[in-house]
Amino acid sequence: MIDVLYFAWVRERIGIPKERVETGAATVAELVEELRGREERYALALADLSALRVAVDQELAEFDAPLAGAREVAFFPPMTGG
Amino acid sequence: MAEIRVQEAPFDLGAEVNRFEAGLAGAGAVVSFAGLVRDEGGTLEAMEIEHYPGMTERAIAGIAAEAERRWALAGCLVIHRHGRLAPGERIMMVATAAPHRADAFQAAEFLMDYLKSRAPFWKKESGAERTAWVSARDDDEAALDRW
Repeated sequence: MIDVLYFAWVRERIGIPKERVETGAATVAELVEELRGREERYALALADLSALRVAVDQELAEFDAPLAGAREVAFFPPMTGG
Repeated sequence: MAEIRVQEAPFDLGAEVNRFEAGLAGAGAVVSFAGLVRDEGGTLEAMEIEHYPGMTERAIAGIAAEAERRWALAGCLVIHRHGRLAPGERIMMVATAAPHRADAFQAAEFLMDYLKSRAPFWKKESGAERTAWVSARDDDEAALDRW
């Protein structure tokens, strides 16, 4: 089980901020594939990886990052702080 | 060790800088920067700032630690707000202190460049006409290359 979090327009398009996901995905990219296959709202929100950033256990990561041992994955658009 | 605060409440820039200065040893220069909500020619009604609790504090701490490695700092303060802000309100501030001004200026710019695109905040602007998430700018990403 892994906690999956969504922020900003990713959260709005999927419609929830957080969920627990039962997954066998080995990498972030595999998790994205699983989520896209669920429902259209996921497919739409996660359609373009170049528009998304990902954090694994609250550290920025690449989409080929492994998920072994990860507790939390978050998807969000490029950040706009400051 | 940097002081980092992520909060919904407003803060008093003058009071924060005074407090920051009072806690310093060995500093000859203090630089402070504040970011405000632009009114966008009167069209903006509010800015909503979302963040990732937990990761936000970690990310800012990592950025501040890197600044402390690169420059001889006597102090470093970052305050960043989230929630709903009106035009003219302060969004965030950084203050840096160093024995000499060059280090304090550079560290403050470094902090700002990294906070913009490596700290998990997202801004949404709402006005009478439209509501939209603020897009990250290519030049914000390019600004990181100079470090």
